Amino acid sequence: MTIGLGHYLAVAAMLFTLGILGIFLNRKNIIVILMSVELILLAVNINLVAFSTFLGDIVGQVFALLVLTVAAAEAAIGLAVLVVYFRNRGSIAVEDVNLMKG
Amino acid sequence: MILPALFFYLFAAVCVASAVMVIVSKNPVHSVLYLILAFVNASGLFVLMGAEFLAMILVVVYVGAVAVLFLFVIMMLDVDFTELREGFLQYMPIGLVIGGIFLFELLLTVSYWIINPTTPKSITAAIPTNVTNTEALGLVLYTKYVHYFQLSGMILLVAMIGAIVLTLRHKASVKRQDINVQNARTPEMAMAVRKVAVGQGLQDSDAAEWVK
Repeated sequence: MTIGLGHYLAVAAMLFTLGILGIFLNRKNIIVILMSVELILLAVNINLVAFSTFLGDIVGQVFALLVLTVAAAEAAIGLAVLVVYFRNRGSIAVEDVNLMKG
Repeated sequence: MILPALFFYLFAAVCVASAVMVIVSKNPVHSVLYLILAFVNASGLFVLMGAEFLAMILVVVYVGAVAVLFLFVIMMLDVDFTELREGFLQYMPIGLVIGGIFLFELLLTVSYWIINPTTPKSITAAIPTNVTNTEALGLVLYTKYVHYFQLSGMILLVAMIGAIVLTLRHKASVKRQDINVQNARTPEMAMAVRKVAVGQGLQDSDAAEWVK
């Protein structure tokens, strides 16, 4: 009953799917959409670290670290945009965001 | 050797279950708390794989910074979250169908594969066995990949400045110190000397001018 690379990849696949599903289900709530994006990035990180450790190459972990950085920056910017949008509109419904559409 | 497998299934099950709760919770605060649970269990998976440094960083960065940021924003915004859940059931069938197909394909992909025999030869930086994970990571991060490291620092800087610029707003009602105006101030601008006639006292016209 040994845990191999496939087990970790399966967990990451499930997390990734749940992230996609979260974007589908919470079409109006942009906060949950941002959290779903974090879940997707977590799944990617699990994949990178799994391949890194099972192939014995540490570069995967370096790359996972960089992905982590970008994820943190993305969350900060996303939430800042959200706050500005809420100040302007008084709501965070994503369906009203297409104002600039021609 | 059953204990690592047991812990793997524990961490994986809790991680996936809390990820489900993240997307179906009615209250976004609960979503954030479940997100924290998912990240903590994912860091447990990282420890099981032997990536201890990334596991700790995951706890520090996600639980300590990102999740708290989410909590701050949710509590700061006065939003009726129940009306944002409209359409949840409407999108449920199509979402489940697409998610099911997607998961099926992904699991099909990860269920059977072999690693190309030439892959181990192309490893760029093998994991050293005589040092800790943190030291091994630092040995390549600060030498071979130092430019990527600095680039990620720049990304964080840009994100920080961007977030500040986006959310900063100047209120007209708040008085600010203007040092140039203060330095340019002369006695003539600040005070006026009046000759008050004897026996008449201060006149209304003088007072009006003084108030101005």
